[in-house]
Amino acid sequence: MTNGDRREWPLYEVFVRGKRGLNHVHVGSLHAPDDAMALRHARDVYTRRNEGVSIWVVRADAITASSPDEKDPLFAPNGDKVYRHPTFYEIPENVPHM
Amino acid sequence: MTTTVEPEPQERLQAAFDATIARHDRIEPRDWMPEAYRRTLVRQIAQHAHSEIIGMQPEGNWISRAPSLRRKAILLAKVQDEAGHGLYLYSACETLGVSRAELTDLLLTGRQKYSSIFNYPTLSYADVGTIGWLVDGAAICNQVPLCRTSYGPYGRAMIRICKEESFHQRQGYELLMTMMRGTDAQRAMVQESVDRFWWPSLMMFGPPDERSPNSGQSMAWGIKRNSNDELRQRFVDMSVPQAEALGVTLPDPELRWNEERGHYDFGEPDWEEFAAVISGNGPCNAQRLAHRRAAHEDGAWVREAASAFAARSTEEEVR
Repeated sequence: MTNGDRREWPLYEVFVRGKRGLNHVHVGSLHAPDDAMALRHARDVYTRRNEGVSIWVVRADAITASSPDEKDPLFAPNGDKVYRHPTFYEIPENVPHM
Repeated sequence: MTTTVEPEPQERLQAAFDATIARHDRIEPRDWMPEAYRRTLVRQIAQHAHSEIIGMQPEGNWISRAPSLRRKAILLAKVQDEAGHGLYLYSACETLGVSRAELTDLLLTGRQKYSSIFNYPTLSYADVGTIGWLVDGAAICNQVPLCRTSYGPYGRAMIRICKEESFHQRQGYELLMTMMRGTDAQRAMVQESVDRFWWPSLMMFGPPDERSPNSGQSMAWGIKRNSNDELRQRFVDMSVPQAEALGVTLPDPELRWNEERGHYDFGEPDWEEFAAVISGNGPCNAQRLAHRRAAHEDGAWVREAASAFAARSTEEEVR
């Protein structure tokens, strides 16, 4: 095997919009030498059966992610704000359409 | 005076992992996980991926000789799906910190295995139908519970795969039904094919539970959801009425309905044959790996050209 062969193509994450009106959703990943090939591969690998009307590919190393270790400080601020949820408010049962 | 001893970080991590498993929640790539859990998953997912990739060969054998354009288009789509399934699974496996190059290498050098079933030859066109019906049917039995496996990326890959396997099984069964409506020679061809593939299909579920040492731990970790023997029984129960509807017999004199158990009783597969095929002495082991290596080497120039093109485009952008 040659050196060129051992050098891995970069990893891309693939997002597909299932139909108009929906968000792009992460469906998996693949390797490709460049953005254009990543898009072609994504079509072949992830949309063989009308799974989508639009594809995004993004290099995995370009994604910034929250790490599970930071879970508490990062998501804690919304834990004590129960008043953000509609069920926090008590409305009499005879009030309609609420 | 009381002192509270902080638990070791390792113990806390293990406890968080155990709690996630106990809740039947999913483990995700960036979570801490025990090394043995990671290793078990890498082995299982990789072998599953290799099976999909090698699994293209037995049926690929018949693409150029398919009896009609319709059958050829179906077979091409099916073999392309197998490639896709391999890619979903390699991606899932890579989230555990192994590289694609390593995985490819493990297959090409024979250090990791693939399903024993793909080491049997496809001798007649009826085998394309039988593989769809029995081999993909057995794969579905194995794979449906894996959609709920404890490792998130593996479960998600399995959901995509199971959706597509349903097409595989139905096209196979329909192919066999078509042949059964044909001539005596065609019916005989179907029966001969079913006779060859029945026992190897039962072996796809792995050794009997008492001889499957790793199963217990895999079930405790939620990687596996059912035992080998449970799934084998489920497959037999599903297949018998399908064989009756098709008009073929299954080559097992011990096969009969057991009213008391509410299941079919069936004979014991030849576990010596299974061991021989797994350890490299099946009818096609050498041929399958040689073909895979040749395909990988013959494709090297395509990969190199794509890399060179990408590198040149980047250079031109910089200029």
